[in-house]
Amino acid sequence: MSTNTNNLDELKSSAVDGGEVPKESQTTYTPFFKRVLAQKQGKIGLTLTIIILLLAFCGPLLLPWVTGSTATEFVAKPFSPHGLFGSDNLGRDVLSRFIAGGLTLIVYSVLATALGMILGAIVGMLAAYVGGAFDAIIMRLNDVILAIPQLVFALLAITVLGPQGWVLVTVIGITHAPRIARVARSATLGVITEDYILAAEMYAMPRWKVLLRELLPNITGPLSVEAGLRLTYSIGYIASLSFLGLGLQPPAADWGLMINENRIALSIQPWGVLLPVIAIALLTIGTNLLADSFARATASTSVEA
Amino acid sequence: MTTETTTVHHDDVGVPNEKIVLRVSDLKIETNSGNEILHGVNFALSRGEILGLVGESGSGKTTAGLACMGHFREGLKFASGSVSLWPRGDDTAVEVVELDEVAVRSLRGSRIAYIPQDPALSLNPAMRVGEQIREILDIHGFGDSDAERVERVSAVLVDVGLPGDKAYQKRWPHQLSGGQQQRIGIAMAFAMYPDVLILDEPTTGLDVSTQAVVLDTIRQMTVANNVAGLYITHDLAVIKDISDRVAVMLRGDLVEEGPVTAVLEDPQHEYTKMLMSAVPDLAGRKTIGEGAAAEPEPEPKATHILVSDGPDEKDSAGDERASAGELDWAVASAGDERASVEERGRAAASATAPLLETTDVALAYGKAQILDGINLTLEPGDCTLLLGESGSGKTTLSRCVAGLNDDYSGAVRLRGTELAKSTRKRTNEQRVGIQYVFQSPFSSLNPRRSIGQSLTVPLEMSGEGTAGTRKAQVEEALDAVRLGRSFYHRRPGDLSGGERQRAAIARALVNQPSVLVCDEITSALDVSVQASIIGLLRTLRAEHQLAMLFVTHNIALSRHIADNLAVLNKGKIVDYGPTSEVLESPKHEYTRTLIADVPKF
Amino acid sequence: MFGKVIGRRLIFSAFILIAVSLLVFGATLLLPGDAARAILGQQATPERIAALNEQLGLNQPAWQRYFSWLGGLFVGDFGTSTASGGSVAQLLGERIGNSFILMAAAAIISVPLGIGLGVYQALHRGGRRDQAMTGLSLVFAAMPEFVIGIGLIAIFATSVFQILPAVTLAPPGEPVWGRPEQLILPTLTLILVVTPYIVRMMRATMIEVLDSGYVEMARLKGVPEKRVIMRHAVPHALGPVAQVVAIQLAWLAGGVVVVEFLFRYPGLGQALIDAVTYRDVQVVQAISMLVAAVYVVVNLAADVVGILTNPKLRSAA
Repeated sequence: MSTNTNNLDELKSSAVDGGEVPKESQTTYTPFFKRVLAQKQGKIGLTLTIIILLLAFCGPLLLPWVTGSTATEFVAKPFSPHGLFGSDNLGRDVLSRFIAGGLTLIVYSVLATALGMILGAIVGMLAAYVGGAFDAIIMRLNDVILAIPQLVFALLAITVLGPQGWVLVTVIGITHAPRIARVARSATLGVITEDYILAAEMYAMPRWKVLLRELLPNITGPLSVEAGLRLTYSIGYIASLSFLGLGLQPPAADWGLMINENRIALSIQPWGVLLPVIAIALLTIGTNLLADSFARATASTSVEA
Repeated sequence: MTTETTTVHHDDVGVPNEKIVLRVSDLKIETNSGNEILHGVNFALSRGEILGLVGESGSGKTTAGLACMGHFREGLKFASGSVSLWPRGDDTAVEVVELDEVAVRSLRGSRIAYIPQDPALSLNPAMRVGEQIREILDIHGFGDSDAERVERVSAVLVDVGLPGDKAYQKRWPHQLSGGQQQRIGIAMAFAMYPDVLILDEPTTGLDVSTQAVVLDTIRQMTVANNVAGLYITHDLAVIKDISDRVAVMLRGDLVEEGPVTAVLEDPQHEYTKMLMSAVPDLAGRKTIGEGAAAEPEPEPKATHILVSDGPDEKDSAGDERASAGELDWAVASAGDERASVEERGRAAASATAPLLETTDVALAYGKAQILDGINLTLEPGDCTLLLGESGSGKTTLSRCVAGLNDDYSGAVRLRGTELAKSTRKRTNEQRVGIQYVFQSPFSSLNPRRSIGQSLTVPLEMSGEGTAGTRKAQVEEALDAVRLGRSFYHRRPGDLSGGERQRAAIARALVNQPSVLVCDEITSALDVSVQASIIGLLRTLRAEHQLAMLFVTHNIALSRHIADNLAVLNKGKIVDYGPTSEVLESPKHEYTRTLIADVPKF
Repeated sequence: MFGKVIGRRLIFSAFILIAVSLLVFGATLLLPGDAARAILGQQATPERIAALNEQLGLNQPAWQRYFSWLGGLFVGDFGTSTASGGSVAQLLGERIGNSFILMAAAAIISVPLGIGLGVYQALHRGGRRDQAMTGLSLVFAAMPEFVIGIGLIAIFATSVFQILPAVTLAPPGEPVWGRPEQLILPTLTLILVVTPYIVRMMRATMIEVLDSGYVEMARLKGVPEKRVIMRHAVPHALGPVAQVVAIQLAWLAGGVVVVEFLFRYPGLGQALIDAVTYRDVQVVQAISMLVAAVYVVVNLAADVVGILTNPKLRSAA
């Protein structure tokens, strides 16, 4: 629309003033992060995510001060001398385990997402750019991996390789990849028919440069949305696996594991379960809201409004 | 607007006029956020007459048209004014914009019918075409019996020139051609014998010959049914062809209204004058895109060249051809390689071979023969217009020349040297020699990169100069297309369509090519912008001795830009020669119908 | 024509299943060199290891094992559970039914609910209710299923109200539907996880369809709003939504694992977790194949819906 208006300004001035005077340099481009923060979702999402990240990263520094007494009272009531939120069934202080338990989850999730994004974006872009048989084969292979839900795939891997950190990160990352590749591929297909790609080809721009300079900047929108979504799912899967007892192993402090360990006592001492549940909920809600605001921010750029 | 008072001058408000069916007075429409889109529009529609509503993109013409049906698109709302309708056999007027939903619905499709712009999008793809016509009759309770409605469906189909049988009615929209789909749209509109017809650019996107047939159908149906029509379009030539009166819109204002011949031949408003001067005419009597509208910074000298030298140059070129031409062109289209070209003398400086030559270029995908034995030659400073309708293979051909399509057989030669088929395999010098400008300026510039960055690419890839000299060259090119250096750091999103197309042309100019291939470069632009781009190309030809292959579907442009005209039909060149010769004595039947079908202006 | 299209999809489905079986079987090749020892632990006696090797057929070459395993799948022989020593088919038999009840209940409620809510939102887009529902669906779509499940337990079974059972009470052997109240929370969890996706997709698709030329044309023809929506809009939105529904149903087959574990529900998921914990490879393989089969079937169904709602695909191709 804006182009049309400009256009008409131009027309009218050319009709009336007898000259088409180019306007002074001005730009209507708003940076991506500003458009994200212009949304309610963006603001809330970022705030929630930052709160939980601070808690997870800075929490461990506070440990010496918050650790209450241990192994004196089992399943202690909260708000007692035995720690602010009581202790668990092994007498460990709930609050200190809580603030120590988020770091691994977040680090693993970010690593898995990054792995999936890199693999998926490369595969998807190449499939669309190269096309033909290569595209067909890649996408059929993708379909095969898509046939098994990510969690089941992870369980299969854990059965074979055991519940180690690298297994979790790798398997979640690899199973993200085909899903991300689909998005990257269709975004690339939308861009690849644009004439500026053809123009770059016409000037015999090296193909890697076409991908990197002409294509990639134009699909960052959908990719960033995907990154937000995949991070949300990564957190969900890794927390779920811990909750199932197949992620981090005791006695590690980890939110998912904590929920698993303490849920028997849910009716007597709910805090051991509720604190990590709330933290995971807020974190995933935060990242998902961010992903949604990325999507809205992307839609509002689509340059030819 | 000062002209507002004169807009409804063939009838005074308040005085009954039995011919008038619909009157829009002081209609204002705004967006939900309160921006006024229409600033008080007045017009009236009379029985058996068509009012043409003209305007360029964004003028609010469609908004005004839809308001006649009490319909406002998402995000728009009615502000003030009135739309009065006098239905057949009813003395009192109905106030369309004040009706409740049920009442306005009963008018739509029955009393006021709509024919949409793109039939491919407007027909429900999941409903059979007969059913879609039948739906209107059912909703508005046409006739007394089922049998009567069934009969009406086939009758109206026959009326618009389609078979009315059951088998045809059972077709899906995707099984019909564009012209047939549009005629289904017309049949739907006339099914209920409406009083008013709103036509929203119903022939945009159709080929000239299809357009002629559809316009014919509309004209005939309007008269036969004694309907009042509102024909919305950006195309002044079509208006002249179909309407009795015309109203001109500019940014939500109606600036001029009157009988078609009066307005088009003697426009009063500045804007109408400018529009009129921008419309290309087949006869080539006027020069579009010169002077005021074309030049951002009026340079008396350049303008002078355009006005006086332009036609002269063309004439002299024409004369030259006329003498040597006849034989020459016949030989060329026979596909013979000969050296007689030097007789023309203009290419004396270069070797004996023509600057650009295609010999027996052919291309087929499976059974579909896209191009078939194409032979073209281009000399320095020459412009050949390649004319073809959609599907003629014109874009394919221009891409073969530019090396963007390497599936062809035959040869493309530049100064006698055969070029590799793919641009990647051509030498640097060859790549630089032929430059290609894309059809849509909205797609040919990377939205994420500044104009300067995009324009540097050709220089960077040919490895010329340093960053500093490249910048200087790009700025020079920006000056050459009359954009100016301030555009260096701007992004395509900040530019209008015309500015973008200038930037795209500048990209093709940065490394001083000898041939410019322009693929439909004005078809995505409004007519006034088209005129300024055509003017620019003429200037550039004169300044840089550029040879040009100008590809278009618009035959009316030929005399305004080209020395030679090649007519492409279904992959074959059916007519080829100096522009005036082809236009005045076309050899092929296809060219003759093409010339006959184009709305005369 | 129609049959040909479906035939092609069937062949493709078969290809997917074969490829998945290769993948699932191939995974077992990644087992550490001495698989039996890895499974049984360091203290295992050599006899037990030899017996397990024999049982797993680890003495044969891999391709031979693959084909005998694949052949077994076709006749319903899923192998022998290394942990319990019983037949996998027997172990899973009853549980398949239990899981199916849970999934079917969730699907039957969430699919129409999701489509209905999505259409409602699209028709009232931009309004306050639309925004509230969008926010809610974002929140629920974000949270992992066990978080939602625990939330529900805290509210309905322990901390706030105590009106529903927190875990499955039925003793082994008693059918799970014997006490319907124990199905409520697991089903509700699944519904809350699945519905938001369907709602969001339906809303987006409907909005796109409502903005289309043919819907505007229908309105300009004077078609009543109800008919515009039911006849002109909804059919076009169903095709794309069927794809999302299929993905969600296939996801249910995986998501049910966590929910069953949380509620101690005697279904496939519970069995899968046990199998993973004991590294009972045969059971994990069997369940993976079953889940992939569910995926293939629901996708086939979505394709059929897509073809039926699109005459272009129906008549051409």
